Amino acid sequence: MSILVIAEHDNSSLKQATLNVVAAAKAIGGDIDVLVAGENVGAIAEAAAKAEGVTKVLVADNAVYGHFLAENLGELVAEIGKGYSHILTSAGTTGKDFMPRVAALLDVAQVSDIIRVESADTFVRPIYAGNAIATVKASDSIKVITVRPTGFDPVAAEGGSASVEQLDVVKDAGLSSFVGEEKAVSDRPDLASAGIVISGGRGMQNGDNFKMLEQVADLMGAAVGASRAAVDAGFVPNDMQVGQTGKIVAPQLYVAVGISGAIQHLAGMSDSKVIVAINKDEEAPIFQVADYGLVADLFEAVPQFEEELKKVL
Amino acid sequence: MKVLVAVKRVIDYNVKVRVKPDNTGVDLANVKMAMNPFCEIAVEEAVRLKEKGVASEIVVVSIGPKAAQEQIRTALALGADRGIHIETDEEVQSLEAAKLLKAVVEKEEPKLVILGKQSIDSDNNQTGQMLAALTGMGQGTFASEVVVDGEKVNVTREVDGGLMTVALNLPAVVTTDLRLNEPRYASLPNIMKAKKKPLDAMSPADLGVEITPRLSTLKVEAPASRQAGVKVADVAELVDKLKNEAKVI
Repeated sequence: MSILVIAEHDNSSLKQATLNVVAAAKAIGGDIDVLVAGENVGAIAEAAAKAEGVTKVLVADNAVYGHFLAENLGELVAEIGKGYSHILTSAGTTGKDFMPRVAALLDVAQVSDIIRVESADTFVRPIYAGNAIATVKASDSIKVITVRPTGFDPVAAEGGSASVEQLDVVKDAGLSSFVGEEKAVSDRPDLASAGIVISGGRGMQNGDNFKMLEQVADLMGAAVGASRAAVDAGFVPNDMQVGQTGKIVAPQLYVAVGISGAIQHLAGMSDSKVIVAINKDEEAPIFQVADYGLVADLFEAVPQFEEELKKVL
Repeated sequence: MKVLVAVKRVIDYNVKVRVKPDNTGVDLANVKMAMNPFCEIAVEEAVRLKEKGVASEIVVVSIGPKAAQEQIRTALALGADRGIHIETDEEVQSLEAAKLLKAVVEKEEPKLVILGKQSIDSDNNQTGQMLAALTGMGQGTFASEVVVDGEKVNVTREVDGGLMTVALNLPAVVTTDLRLNEPRYASLPNIMKAKKKPLDAMSPADLGVEITPRLSTLKVEAPASRQAGVKVADVAELVDKLKNEAKVI
């Protein structure tokens, strides 16, 4: 078997999710090639070549892939992927965008968002917002798969020595063009891969109060997230949303502040190793999944939490 | 311009999902069904485009059992003009759904096709992208804003880390994210009127598409449940537990 992993990156660095996807590929078993498609991605290809378990890195370096337009990436991956038994990428917004095009162009099904590998053709994935877990067998000759990164422990980023091969395949579908983007600028770790996440909900009352969480986050090296209620109320932007329709996170420590624990939020964080809930409503469902619950007014508890952390960190 | 909207009948999002004891699937007997929430947003966007004078006709299509006509009628009550029901009792997976929709696109020749980004039952997030690939169209997935401008459509997309805007040649496929709009409720007079709007029924065979599932579900289980932990008395105890018991800080 031979597996093609499409690297996730932003043209400046390799995303850690790629290492989780390589781990999923290792669980399937076989030679693992990584395709790095983007613009000026030489350093990313070198980083991918060092990842544990990678045989070969293929590089498609061209402006047509610079903004990861699904129409162009879809054609590229469908052509390169034809020779492989499995094509895998991360279930981030880029992978979710182009991968179904690859499957359709190859006339095969896609298995979305897998969290476990049972065998080379059988995979486990959540359905109904994580309220049910399905084991699915794929019968197509090429398995096209998106991987939920939190389902797999990443392979080592260093130690590998894969060969790097430049591809001369330029696919410009001519259907779409990049207009612009607004990226949130933050010095904090990436929400999806942070070791500690502190999230606020409707109980935060407004966006300004999230500064309290940011101060705690900076102390702990954490990312800041939010519930859908906080996003819908306009406190914070949508890319901070943790839940079924936002980011799926599984950090070592998840601190839920003023979050009631709606099922759609739990779908996004219940695989966290340790969950802390701070909420003044002791009946809040979040306490049913929390390892440590504190029934308290968050406006008193969070500043105290910051002070206590300063003593021990 | 003509807009095609695809809608799916799914379990109502308020219903607590229960896995069947024999692990063959989720219990849907006597469970309330509804239009997939992302599809409601797709219908709403089409209706708004018509209200702005951008769209001239809205055709709504659904694939599924006879009862899926309820969801088509809902879309008609919300402002769609005409319905197409592709009737089948078989499980239709994303690739087959995309092939059926492609056949509808070839017949109807819409300028814009709007779908929900995913259905809340199978959570696949595939059909819109597959339809776009099969029909050779560009796609604007996870849309939070859709602006038609002459022969192009600008779609602002919700992506990891922020927003991204792409320009697509028409015809194009758009899939909706949650913040694109807030769907309206259907008024009683419009519900009554919707009953008289045209609704064509056809089979997958009529469209020349064979339903051949490529994925088989071996079993469906309830997720491992987390046990509730302990309540701590105060912040000092919490920090102590995190440091000395859980060892995560």
